[in-house]
Amino acid sequence: MLLRHTPKEISERSALMINPAKTCQPIGAMYAALGIHGCLPHSHGSQGCCAYHRSTLTRHYKEPISAATSSFTEGASVFGGQANMLQAIENIFSVYEPDIIAVHTTCLSETIGDDLKQIRKKALTEGKIPKGKYMISASTPSYVGSHVTGFSTMVKSMAGLAESTGKKNGKVNIIPGWVEPCDMEEIKRITKMLGVSTILFPDTSGVLNGPLSGEYKMFPDGGTTIEELKATGDAIGTLALGEWCSAVAARELDTQNKVPCKVLDMPFGLKATDRFIDALRIVGGVTVADELSMERGQLVDMISDMHQYLYHKKVALVGDPDQVISMTEFLVTLDMWPTHIVTGTPGKAFEKRIREITEDLPYEVNVKAAGDMFLLHQWIKNDPVDLIIGNTYCKYIARDEDIPFVRWGFPILDRQGHQYFPTVAYKGALRLLEKILGVLLDRRDRDDSEQQFELVM
Amino acid sequence: MSTILKKKRKMVQWDPADVKAQLLAKYPPKVARKRAKQIMINEALENETPEISANVRTTPGIITMRGCTYAGCKGVIMGPTRDIINLVHGPIGCSFYAWLTRRNQTDAGPDGENYMPYAFSTDMQDSDIIFGGEKKLEKAIQEAYDLFHPKSIAVFATCPVGLIGDDIHTVTKRMKEKFGDCNVYAFSCEGYKGVSQSAGHHIANNQVFRHIVGENDEVKPGKYKINLLGEYNIGGDGFEIDRVFKKCGITNIATFSGNSTYDQFASAHTADLNTVMCHRSINYVADMLETKYGIPWIKVNFISAKATSRSLRKIAEYFGDQELIDRVEAVIKEEMPAVEAARQDVLPRTEGKTAMMFVGGSRAHHYQELFSEMGMKTISAGYEFAHRDDYEGRQVLPNLTVDADSRNIEEIEVEADPTRYNPRKSPEELQAMEAAGYKFKDYDGLIPDMGKGTLVIDDLNQYEAEKLVELMKPDIFCAGIKEKYSIQKLGIPMKQLHSYDSGGPYAGFKGAVNFYKEIDRLVNSKVWSYMKAPWQENPQLSATYGWE
Ligand code: SF4
Ligand code: SF4
Repeated sequence: MLLRHTPKEISERSALMINPAKTCQPIGAMYAALGIHGCLPHSHGSQGCCAYHRSTLTRHYKEPISAATSSFTEGASVFGGQANMLQAIENIFSVYEPDIIAVHTTCLSETIGDDLKQIRKKALTEGKIPKGKYMISASTPSYVGSHVTGFSTMVKSMAGLAESTGKKNGKVNIIPGWVEPCDMEEIKRITKMLGVSTILFPDTSGVLNGPLSGEYKMFPDGGTTIEELKATGDAIGTLALGEWCSAVAARELDTQNKVPCKVLDMPFGLKATDRFIDALRIVGGVTVADELSMERGQLVDMISDMHQYLYHKKVALVGDPDQVISMTEFLVTLDMWPTHIVTGTPGKAFEKRIREITEDLPYEVNVKAAGDMFLLHQWIKNDPVDLIIGNTYCKYIARDEDIPFVRWGFPILDRQGHQYFPTVAYKGALRLLEKILGVLLDRRDRDDSEQQFELVM
Repeated sequence: MSTILKKKRKMVQWDPADVKAQLLAKYPPKVARKRAKQIMINEALENETPEISANVRTTPGIITMRGCTYAGCKGVIMGPTRDIINLVHGPIGCSFYAWLTRRNQTDAGPDGENYMPYAFSTDMQDSDIIFGGEKKLEKAIQEAYDLFHPKSIAVFATCPVGLIGDDIHTVTKRMKEKFGDCNVYAFSCEGYKGVSQSAGHHIANNQVFRHIVGENDEVKPGKYKINLLGEYNIGGDGFEIDRVFKKCGITNIATFSGNSTYDQFASAHTADLNTVMCHRSINYVADMLETKYGIPWIKVNFISAKATSRSLRKIAEYFGDQELIDRVEAVIKEEMPAVEAARQDVLPRTEGKTAMMFVGGSRAHHYQELFSEMGMKTISAGYEFAHRDDYEGRQVLPNLTVDADSRNIEEIEVEADPTRYNPRKSPEELQAMEAAGYKFKDYDGLIPDMGKGTLVIDDLNQYEAEKLVELMKPDIFCAGIKEKYSIQKLGIPMKQLHSYDSGGPYAGFKGAVNFYKEIDRLVNSKVWSYMKAPWQENPQLSATYGWE
């Protein structure tokens, strides 16, 4: 038993977090910034945070993650980090030559009270930011929110680059939220199929799922360009996928640039994808291509074919709010029973949403925002489930309790494929279903008696 | 790699001065001046090698490989001890990232107490930052105690804690007194202290020595009792070393800190010899154990079969007992044939290849010997967070300048213990051994072991790494996870020498065999020949298919 000290009886904890289901804001800001073409993320604080964020992203994506840091020492921590930041700006533009740097703060620089907007002004007046180059910034103290908040805050800063020329460009902005590079690619494939002209931001496809070619590009070909980000201000509308990840930026474009927005759930599973496609069709003024209806039909077909293995199977689910909300809905759609649901990100709205989605189920779900995996494990001990869905850390629970496990979310440190095979939209839902069925049926094959062992399933 | 490319690569010629110039060319003048002092062309002249600048600040904006003090303290030194609850006081991130990511293996033993798969944090919120986090810390310690009843709770401060002035030491002291049966103490290892992980090692050494070492006087059985310092059981290295010790009849009282327990630290003062693997991270404890308890220390290295044999002999020589000397020889004789067979197997495929390594404070040195057993030469190497003594040898210690960043790290005053100081060897015995060539408290550093004209580079950064690979075309590059994929995109295999990717153990005899095989696999993998598609290798449509 790896988690042998986890007791079954649940005691109230108000100060101690054990086995977190979230991490800190800057890593989200860093991931978002990597979705801008030619961008070097920069961590304003001491170098350890940056090293940790880069390492974690590298382990998840198996790709180089470049990001710079202000490398605070004790002096900077006492006198403020402005000198370090100015020096960093100069070094970055001369050595790495990015088009843009996206700076986020850390606990340290926030506690000191460094003001990045003011530092940027100073850098501009001192000519430290070369002509035609950009710096954006986001305030991401880790003692507020979570990695999801950091992502959303950096996306909002990206939206700050929007310019309004007064003439609409006929495009639809899509903010995909913290999804995998391949998910972003899949969203682009679908919008193309529908014939809607879009700007997707951030866009890590082609950045964090790059090829091995003998050449290292610090700034790979992918990513939303600065020109595109500017053009978001002239779009006809914005579709924000995920209240937690994407709504803030969409609302910013609405108030600053008068680009109306609609906030949708992330398109995981049948119904959330339906709503996304429907909204896209309406804002884009197009009819849905037959191929896409075909993909939807295939998903429905697989659900009907395999329903007997899914029906009323109990699931424990942990991850980030937007993902977990859509996944809970998908599980309900499949007639499965999401039973224990945790996100580490704070926000009572999450619990409310989950209760709405699950209100017709014949039992009351366990749900917690700002929860941790220790609690999830205790819930599972008290009321066992048939399946766990979550990031790699769940494998300790899955092994101890001998429960089938599907890896989904962030970070995934021990399996491959999440960068390449999307789980958004209909094709993605097919893949999710394939994975869920895979572990459930493997379990039956393992546990069935010799008499019951089946060839055809 | 196609044969043409292979041939081309063999012809790579470089002049170290030119490489150095090219590394510096793009930097703004101030940065170039600073980096020039950290890039040294090895003259391989005894005692005349130029001085290298090390343990100095990283330049803001330059993408460094380094981490922070907290990583060195909680991640490296304290992380591998299974039965201490490591509670991180701070916002959530620092705790999350250090959660199971270092591949320290552990054996939970018969008592089964193992908190390593857990991450504990006070998850500070903005109200804690504004009003102070001491109350929350106190409550978290209480909750951890109530839930688990551990024998010990260690508290680690992250960046904001020092700034808002939480007095973590007073809180832990109070809780220790309150519990009575649980040792609670704290580490002020805020990430901004010092210039790298190194400061964190020092802070960890101090507190372990102050709060744990010497807590258990019970004398453990065993004839030849040692401690193994600076071995972290990454990928099971420590397990292999312990296997060999056991075979030789050597008792390992405490490993600092791979596969360790609280009690091992508490009993460390009962050993009769300290053997130091990673000099950088642990030499402080070795010194303090000597001053307070009279236990001498020697430098050892269990990376490579030859080094392992040498180190075992050195331990046997220390005890000077024929029985042990014979036993050690017998073990070496028994272990070596398998190692030699594995070596002979890979040699035709590895000989003549070149390597670079940039890690930590000892491995960039230790692994060179292992590579040389495979006929591979190290053409450039350096540490991420070492000090000058790790490069040039301990003789430079008296001349080291203490800058503002090092001054902030506490040096604890240690005196001989009034009752427990017991010199394991008399001054005369020590002198006699030294006169016969035995070296105590000695480390020559990496530089003397590197060839003439090689490049020794401190705190290498991403830009320089890429340039080095481009200019010197090594056959393999070793560093950490952050460097892994940018190097491999260039078509050069990259081996992680912090966490070993998914491999190990690489220490001891069995480890050497594993490493030979792993490097053989990496430098001879076919994958590097697939990088170009046929139409990229021959873009011209010179021939056409006859489709009549
Ligand atoms: S929680 Fe704060 S100090 Fe820790 S890694 Fe995140 S930003 Fe850095
Ligand atoms: S320097 Fe190397 S051996 Fe020493 S602690 Fe760090 S990774 Fe380990």
